[in-house]
Amino acid sequence: MFELDRSKYPPNKDGKADYDIDSHKYLKLWHGPQHPGVTGNMSLELTVSGDEIIDLKTHVGYLHRGFEKLMERRKYINCFPIVCRICVPEPDTNEYLYSAAVEELSGIEIPEKAKWIRTLNLEMSRLGSFLMWLGGQAGMFGMGSVGQWCIAHRDYILDLFEEMSGARIYHMYMVPGGVRGDLPEGFGGRLEAVLQKCEKVIKDSEIVMLYNVVLQARLKGLGVITPEMVDQFGIVGPIARGSGIKRDVRKDSPYLIYDQLDFQIETEDGCDGWARLKVRFKEMKQSISLIRQIMEKMPKTGELKAKMPNPLHWKIPAGETFVRAESTRGEYGYYMVSDGSEYPRKITVRGPSYTHAMSLLEYMSVGLNLADIGGLMGTLHTYPPEIER
Amino acid sequence: MKTKQEAIQTVGNVFGITAQHDQRADLSFITLENDKVVPALVHLRDVEKYVHLVMITAVDYIEDGNFQITYLLHNYINKTDIGVRTLINRDEPIMQSAHELWRQIATYQRELHEMFGITFPGSPRMEENFALEGWEGPPPMRKDFDTLQYSMKTYSNRSGRKTHDPKRYMKEQLKQDINKVYTDDKSTGDKNV
Amino acid sequence: MKNKEDKKVLENAQLKSIDQELFSNAYPETVAPLNKYMEKLANWARANSLWFLAFGTGCGAIELRPLLTSRFDIYQKGIAPRPTPRQSGVFIIGGYSSVKTLKRIIRSYEQMQNPKFVISLCSCSINGGMYFDSYNTINQIEKYLPVDVYITGCMPRPEAIIAGFDKLKERILAGKTEGANKYVENFEYYKANQKKIIKDWDMPDYNW
Repeated sequence: MFELDRSKYPPNKDGKADYDIDSHKYLKLWHGPQHPGVTGNMSLELTVSGDEIIDLKTHVGYLHRGFEKLMERRKYINCFPIVCRICVPEPDTNEYLYSAAVEELSGIEIPEKAKWIRTLNLEMSRLGSFLMWLGGQAGMFGMGSVGQWCIAHRDYILDLFEEMSGARIYHMYMVPGGVRGDLPEGFGGRLEAVLQKCEKVIKDSEIVMLYNVVLQARLKGLGVITPEMVDQFGIVGPIARGSGIKRDVRKDSPYLIYDQLDFQIETEDGCDGWARLKVRFKEMKQSISLIRQIMEKMPKTGELKAKMPNPLHWKIPAGETFVRAESTRGEYGYYMVSDGSEYPRKITVRGPSYTHAMSLLEYMSVGLNLADIGGLMGTLHTYPPEIER
Repeated sequence: MKTKQEAIQTVGNVFGITAQHDQRADLSFITLENDKVVPALVHLRDVEKYVHLVMITAVDYIEDGNFQITYLLHNYINKTDIGVRTLINRDEPIMQSAHELWRQIATYQRELHEMFGITFPGSPRMEENFALEGWEGPPPMRKDFDTLQYSMKTYSNRSGRKTHDPKRYMKEQLKQDINKVYTDDKSTGDKNV
Repeated sequence: MKNKEDKKVLENAQLKSIDQELFSNAYPETVAPLNKYMEKLANWARANSLWFLAFGTGCGAIELRPLLTSRFDIYQKGIAPRPTPRQSGVFIIGGYSSVKTLKRIIRSYEQMQNPKFVISLCSCSINGGMYFDSYNTINQIEKYLPVDVYITGCMPRPEAIIAGFDKLKERILAGKTEGANKYVENFEYYKANQKKIIKDWDMPDYNW
């Protein structure tokens, strides 16, 4: 395995690499907020010596809208349209978590069919987000056609979302109390057709990517994360699973109806970017299989929303809670504190990129070539809006 | 395999718990004194195997004059969460830094410093901006910072925006009396409209 | 021949003195249109090759990527994304802008060559949208940059964005898109607005 000899790089004291910028051996580069990929607006301040990166600092804040402050000014029912905008490619995880936290604090139990539809929503959103990631990761290494296929097939999934909820990107479909509406007529048939198309594109991408000598040479050994680093840095999701650690929120702390579905936690032992690519391919197939199981086992009729109090005068008793879900990037969490009034006291969103893009990226990028930094950001699937909210 | 309750029992015996709240079977919140928090985190991480730090966050209780800082820890063996809470004074918010325990804590502490004004002495890169650039106002997440007023004052606004209080607007639309309370109003809150 | 001393110069007061030599302090100038038929030809050429800067400044950028696939296919209209402002003619402001992003938007916009156009997506750039009470997002983009076409939505569908591009083409062919000249004519006004909210201005006054 590729082991980096850190002794030849300037030592890192208190988060600052200790080098002399005036010695003219180093150059400061700005890998600015405009990225050719799915990594969002985050800028990196690089210090390079020739082609090797000595030091990297992540600068976030380009997409900071102050969600937590805005949610304190809105009533509980006014917050749910704003919550899905925190994570743009995968908004359903946020909608689900907000509703779950509010329902837990106010003691509302949602009906059975609503749980199944919510799970269907979450899995479809995971598939769409993985397809977008695949396009970005391939694009970082020059394979633009994979991106075109994947974004095109993600569009089919967005069409299904539009049938279900009325909007392509921001569905606002999972409200506190249940879901907003039933699945339309004939949805199952159309969903199956889209799944078959997605299976084909995943198979094509696997053939193009996994047998490509250039991609193997670039991804093997990129961003090695040893199993000991996983808990030190708080690494979650497919990145931890690429180092052989079997952790998945859907299996460890099952929520909605995941305990009634049949799936395994997919891991690989490579610990590098190549292993993470294979883990994500496996997870895409896992999502497709889960969607098929959900459509088979879902009850045909049922209530969609629980009986709710008048949302304009809805006071939730004081308490605090933490709910979590598994998103494409890892463990997503919402910490909500209520104080008995109509407005939430504090809502904190815990996004997985918080640890991956800041401390982990800064640690792992020492010694990399400039050309690989995009690939590293892709394999860590960093997404800035959930860092600065 | 120790359960969550046994772990909390040990923490209580060694460090002293002032309050406890069991939210779910797999989630509990315990409140400790300020100076006992970092040793308790070390104990929970190394002995009780709560190795994963989920997040650090702060809640502003302006009417009591303190901030509550919450550290959420997760145990992958018995799959439970413990939230360690502590209260610090709002006017002089200083908390002991825990950045040597987990690598990601330094970032959380930077964010709390920028958003709430809480200082963590010794934490790296505290003086750098986290999400705001050129910010000259008070820490924005404090409850005494009025974000609407700041936004209306600083950023130019397009005229013609109307806001409607929904209850009042619906009554006006249905041509009902604004001041009357309707007895079939099934709200769970107070009846004063 | 104009005397060199008559030309206005920028102050660049907020740059450090060692950087003042590195940045140009020339004042931007308006560009007069060509004579009638040449301008029509030039407008036809500009309208059919709109290259936009691939900088996704906010939410709206996620609906720009599907446009490049074969379902919506904006390549056939001559619209293509470019990585650098020097090669692009359209700046798409994708939704809300935080103060930090606005500084980079201004920097990129000023680096674009004339003639340049601005399309502004989503309702957040029109009146603040759902972040109207946020301390970090601006409420009205047209106080800081001249905007040619607004596309409303949250967020606009790819078909809506194509319709917006068609509207921009109509305006270019009619000769009504003088955004770049308007920026220079009202330079003091725009700069004063920008400097009022961007407190740490460490750029030159005009980013050539």
